[in-house]
Amino acid sequence: MSHSTTTTWDGGGLPFGVSWQKLMMWLFIVGDAILFASFLAGYGFLRLANPNWPDSGQIFHMSLIGTMTFVLISSSATMAAAVGASRAGQREKATRLVWLTALGGAIFLGMQAYEWSTFIHAGARLSTNPWGVPLFSSCFFVITGFHGTHVASGVLILALTAWRNSTGKASAEGVELAGLYWHFVDLVWVFIFTFFYLV
Amino acid sequence: MSNHEQHAPLGFWRKYVFSLDHKVIGLQYIGMAVVMALLGSGLAMIMRIQLAWPGAKLSWLGKLFPNAFPEGLLAPEHYLSIITMHGTVMVFFVISLALVSGFGNYLIPIQIGARDMAYPFLNALSFWVMVPACLVMIASFFVEGGAAASGWTAYPPLSALKNAVPGSQWGQTLWLLAMALFIVSFTMGGLNYVTTVLNLRAKGMSLMRMPLTIWTMFIAAIIGLVSFPPLTAAAIMLLFDRHGGTSFFVPAGLSIAGKPVMHDGGTPLLWQHLFWFLGHPEVYVLILPGLGITFEILATHARKTVFGYKMIVWCLIVIAVLGCVVWGHHMFVSGMNPWLGEFFTIGTLIITIPSAIIGLCMLATLYGGSLRLNAALLFALGTLALFGTGGFGGVFLGNATSDIFLHDSYFVVGHFHFMIGGVTLFATLAGLYHWFPKMFGRHLNEGLGKIHFWLSILGFYGMFLTMHFVGINGAPRRYYDFKAYKMLEGLQTYHLCITISAFTFAVASIIFLLNVTWSLWRGKKAERNPWDATTLEWVAPSPPPHGNWDGPDPVVHRWPYDLSTHAGAKDFAMQTEGPDKAPVTS
Ligand code: HEM
Ligand SMILES: [Cu+2]
Repeated sequence: MSHSTTTTWDGGGLPFGVSWQKLMMWLFIVGDAILFASFLAGYGFLRLANPNWPDSGQIFHMSLIGTMTFVLISSSATMAAAVGASRAGQREKATRLVWLTALGGAIFLGMQAYEWSTFIHAGARLSTNPWGVPLFSSCFFVITGFHGTHVASGVLILALTAWRNSTGKASAEGVELAGLYWHFVDLVWVFIFTFFYLV
Repeated sequence: MSNHEQHAPLGFWRKYVFSLDHKVIGLQYIGMAVVMALLGSGLAMIMRIQLAWPGAKLSWLGKLFPNAFPEGLLAPEHYLSIITMHGTVMVFFVISLALVSGFGNYLIPIQIGARDMAYPFLNALSFWVMVPACLVMIASFFVEGGAAASGWTAYPPLSALKNAVPGSQWGQTLWLLAMALFIVSFTMGGLNYVTTVLNLRAKGMSLMRMPLTIWTMFIAAIIGLVSFPPLTAAAIMLLFDRHGGTSFFVPAGLSIAGKPVMHDGGTPLLWQHLFWFLGHPEVYVLILPGLGITFEILATHARKTVFGYKMIVWCLIVIAVLGCVVWGHHMFVSGMNPWLGEFFTIGTLIITIPSAIIGLCMLATLYGGSLRLNAALLFALGTLALFGTGGFGGVFLGNATSDIFLHDSYFVVGHFHFMIGGVTLFATLAGLYHWFPKMFGRHLNEGLGKIHFWLSILGFYGMFLTMHFVGINGAPRRYYDFKAYKMLEGLQTYHLCITISAFTFAVASIIFLLNVTWSLWRGKKAERNPWDATTLEWVAPSPPPHGNWDGPDPVVHRWPYDLSTHAGAKDFAMQTEGPDKAPVTS
């Protein structure tokens, strides 16, 4: 961008005290959060409309899902450390931590792929499944799939950020922006985990 | 903004086509809206001809489109495609493009004193995503089965089952894809609007010194960012219903032409909730910028300060918040719990209060002013009139008791054409008469402008006031031929009247297009500030160069409505005029 960050505004103190880049990222995240909220609300609506919804506790391997959740949340911790390191000017440490975060995301994706394949082996399809209400598997594939694509794009963004950081092209704010997105993707998973697997 | 100062001269392509300049992008949007408006209006005229003279043969259309008009006769299923595409094109690809994207891009940076948007590349990208959105929407006419036929609201099961009507085939899929592109583009634009308004204002441009146009664009962008995601989610689920075999929106037990449909467990109500959660806020996305522009023009051409600036800003915010929780008033007859209906009724009726305050502030702004009755002001007055009449109809619709009778009748069609059609269109036209001198350095012809206005307002009321009465008399919307029903036969004269008004309006619009074409090359040359206006764009040359101001960055010393507050020949103060020029308000 040809635009510098905070210095362009002098109307009397930056509202929220953030650069436009960070503001834009926040706004995007709010919009994306509403998108996920809509999916989850739609899922809730359909589930209420179908009284004999299958009992997810009997179908999913909760230990696998628990591990996935743990991996993803740990990757948020490494990301936070990366942002701290990059703010402190420790570029190499930051790069390493961003790579580690991306690795966490990739492991999560691998486990999700495994989960999907066992699910499909058990006979689940987008429009049917052996446990009853067809919408059960429809919601599963659409919602976890939509989140999975977010994780995948997040891993790509992280890899790009790590690489740009190692060559010195990424600013501390660039690392922070990637971090914001990553924390958001993780947070969404917590909601999916709660509403889809636990409840 | 220092890095904007070296705007080197660019070649033709970089300057007018792949430009990053917010003004060029704004004009590109307006141009695209004009093209789409021709399409939308053509569709409207076909509908009006059919309704006034059911079964009329349009042999020339028959020759052009032998499939849609076999022997010049419009088939009922194609009538449905035409209403669907007319609504979609007009709401999303004409009004939204011209008013929100067009004027928004043109005005936001220049009125807040920025040299461009926060992220010009994203801004250009948003335009270049809108181009395929339009193309895909147009292409949907030419696929098998024709364009989508489930209404601009895309209600399932018509939109979910591929064999429901001919338009439910590829036409509906392309409709969804075009809408997806539209949403992506709109989101990129909206992100830019909000960040630009918050972070790029010139020195001294505090929030409470922003012109109302900017306030309304800002709030509209926020509403858009909040309300489009649910439609995105719904569109994704609908695509899965259509192509993945899921049944999010399809209930069990349906059959088409005697054959049972293999779907189970979903509900069309989910679509209606998600759609109207967008749909109702979307009407505010469109109307608020129209109201902002109207305030600006009323103040400038009536030479009066805007009445109740702070109150207006708060009313806009209240409307935005409440607007997100009243979507259910579109679903009163869907069998909802009566208490829920009561909630939505009360919410809707509460919204009419800030709306009415805004209308009254407009009237109060005019009170005691010295009006210059030029085309810009006339159209702004037309906006005010339409806002009043349309809102009056809204009160009857917002009340569940009366809406159960009026729902899905021509009354609704009349209501929303006053609002989403009239207020927004008249404001767009007022804006064009007002800002044309700034955009192109030449004035539009005033005489033609006045003829344009009087024919338009006559045609508009002729069409949509009449529709209210047709609706009260029991005519449902989206019917192909009213002569086929004994009870509605008597309304045929009304339909004829509406069609004649539609032709009047079409003539007015042609006059306008001729005026624009002529004035672009031959119009009276415009000064920097031909209207004695106060906002920052009038400090810049007409038309402004890339980077907007030829001099240093503007510095703001006062609010934007310092009009008729000064003695002497010059009765106003521009926002950049220093504090020594008393009085300084706000
Ligand atoms: C005083 C404020 C308003 C109230 C109380 C109001 C109320 C309503 C209600 C209750 C309906 C549903 C009618 C039905 O389907 O039975 C409706 C429809 C509609 N309104 Fe309004 N409205 C107001 C202002 C507006 C504004 C400002 C706009 C647009 C700029 C607008 C655009 C629409 C549209 C597009 C529809 C029809 C959607 C469809 O079914 O195709 N309304 N209005
Ligand atoms: Cu509404």
